[in-house]
Amino acid sequence: MAWRLKRKRKDMPSGLWSKCSACGSMIYTKELLANLSVCPNCDFHHTVDGRRRIEITADPGTFVEYFTELRPSDRLGFVDKIPYSEKLAKAQQKTGNADACLAGTAEIGGVPVVLAVLDFSFMGGSMGEVVGEKIARATELAGERGLPLVIFSASGGARMHEGAISLMQMAKTCSALSVFREGGGFSISVMTNPTTGGVTASFASVCDILIGEPGALIGFAGPRVIQNTIRQELPEGFQRAEFLLEKGQIDRIVPRHRMREELGVILRYARPQAEAEAAARN
Amino acid sequence: MARSKKTAAQEALHALPFEKPIDDIRSRLQELEELAEQTSQDLSEEIRFYRDRLERVTREVYANLTPWDRVQVARHPDRPLTSDFIESCCEDWIELHGDGCFADDRAIVTGLATVDGVRMMLVGHRKGRETKERMACNFGSAHPEGYRKALRKMGLAGRMGLPILCLVNTPGAYPGVGAEERGQARAIAENIHEMFGIPVPIVAVILGEGGSGGALGIAVADRVGMMENAWYSVISPEGCASILWHSADGRERAAEALQLTAGPLFRLGIVDQVIPEPPGGAHRDPDGALAALKDQVLAWFEELLPLPADRLIADRRRKFRTMAASLDTLASAMDPARTGREPTPPVPEPGAEAARRPLPSAEKPPGGA
Repeated sequence: MAWRLKRKRKDMPSGLWSKCSACGSMIYTKELLANLSVCPNCDFHHTVDGRRRIEITADPGTFVEYFTELRPSDRLGFVDKIPYSEKLAKAQQKTGNADACLAGTAEIGGVPVVLAVLDFSFMGGSMGEVVGEKIARATELAGERGLPLVIFSASGGARMHEGAISLMQMAKTCSALSVFREGGGFSISVMTNPTTGGVTASFASVCDILIGEPGALIGFAGPRVIQNTIRQELPEGFQRAEFLLEKGQIDRIVPRHRMREELGVILRYARPQAEAEAAARN
Repeated sequence: MARSKKTAAQEALHALPFEKPIDDIRSRLQELEELAEQTSQDLSEEIRFYRDRLERVTREVYANLTPWDRVQVARHPDRPLTSDFIESCCEDWIELHGDGCFADDRAIVTGLATVDGVRMMLVGHRKGRETKERMACNFGSAHPEGYRKALRKMGLAGRMGLPILCLVNTPGAYPGVGAEERGQARAIAENIHEMFGIPVPIVAVILGEGGSGGALGIAVADRVGMMENAWYSVISPEGCASILWHSADGRERAAEALQLTAGPLFRLGIVDQVIPEPPGGAHRDPDGALAALKDQVLAWFEELLPLPADRLIADRRRKFRTMAASLDTLASAMDPARTGREPTPPVPEPGAEAARRPLPSAEKPPGGA
């Protein structure tokens, strides 16, 4: 079949077919989308953008977005190839979002929650001040409303363009989560492909239940950095969700098709807020 | 007294390029002093001249360091380390090893210490000075067990009512296979999270290198100090350059862009105090640098020790919750009426929004103290 696809690719109308980056097979894009961007051939879970993640996770029509007034700025005057401010403008234009995090209230499997989602299509889901602030506010909103918190991560980590400000978002988000936990809050972190760096090393790893999507790359350092450090081939499946599960680092792997349903089931185990508050007081 | 040849050779090896004018005068001065000693000539006038000049040039050079220069100073092999602090500032030192789980990570040292009569738990990155020791300490890059050891000892300090001093000096947490297998990210995350609940005063000082999450993993504190020539950043200049420009050549540029030196970080509110180093950097006068560090730490403990635990914890959480916030986010974070009681209004005009934002601070790195 490979030869046919190869020939076809030449005069393929753009976007009609997609190539699976994991197994290389060509998939009719509509079919891939209908399959929640999971390759029907090899079951690889491709990264989906933030809006789409909400669409396939929250119960239809239940998501109400919050904190849209938060907009990033280039506080350090950072220039890589182009100024950071231009980079932001481009990413905003491309995604239609202000930054790499979308947050609000929603229902999942009929359970009301606060849902925060990192958007990998916006500068690799990297965490700067706005992402950190939104995660913190989403956590505080969940505490205030007595709702469980569900966070989906897909991120390369902290955003270099904001220097130490982005590093401090790791502490900011954990600060909010520590208040939330003390107040009896319940949180679920779902790590999707890829979740690395300062996101894994902060809020994504300190929620109550840690879930990975199948095959998701989850780690502290990226594989390239590790390879450059140790100068050896990395073991098969290294840093994939299955590897983390085996090493005892995450609680569960949930395929995308079952995510909404399973989250709903888990969320029903969380006790009602009034009870949680009373327990936290004692 | 003439220095041994070996020391001179070592010094030459460690010479920082921008220190050449200083080194030139210093060797001239040394020649004169040796000459005076050998020939009993009266060269005091010349010697005084060169001493004054040495002082002036040192100040001048150090007042005009680029961020990359400072990164090099922060990495200087003669710079005081955690082990030097223990040796010269602690009357008492009982090292406590191990994470109680997997191993004793030598890249982070923990133990009971007394400084000027104040008992505390000391947690610090350990880099090592001699090659063998440096390798044993993995050059200050900790594995997950190092962070778990630190957290275990900090928890102990919390139960014992001992204040905690964290000395940060790491190029970053170690990026290796074993570290990932044992949950490097999770270990750091848990430290950051748990440090918000420790009921005793915590003071952290960036001694040399503050490499990203590996630094922050022991730097969630009530007061954060930074030595004048230290660096603290989300990524090392080399790492940043290799990601952005695919080569380590851009490290000078990256050091500048990241604003990783004490001055900008103080202005952003990420560090509370820049601890001045003796002229010519801490490596020229380690004892002077350590004395300044010790004074600052003790002053902070004096301020923090009387505070009740709930106040410490609440303040620490608020400090990092609002840290380095730009005006927009700060205003709304502090106004409970706006913390998401209602769905937020439509996004305002980007232009109008931009006008309210503080100007990017493209200020120069700090000039001297």
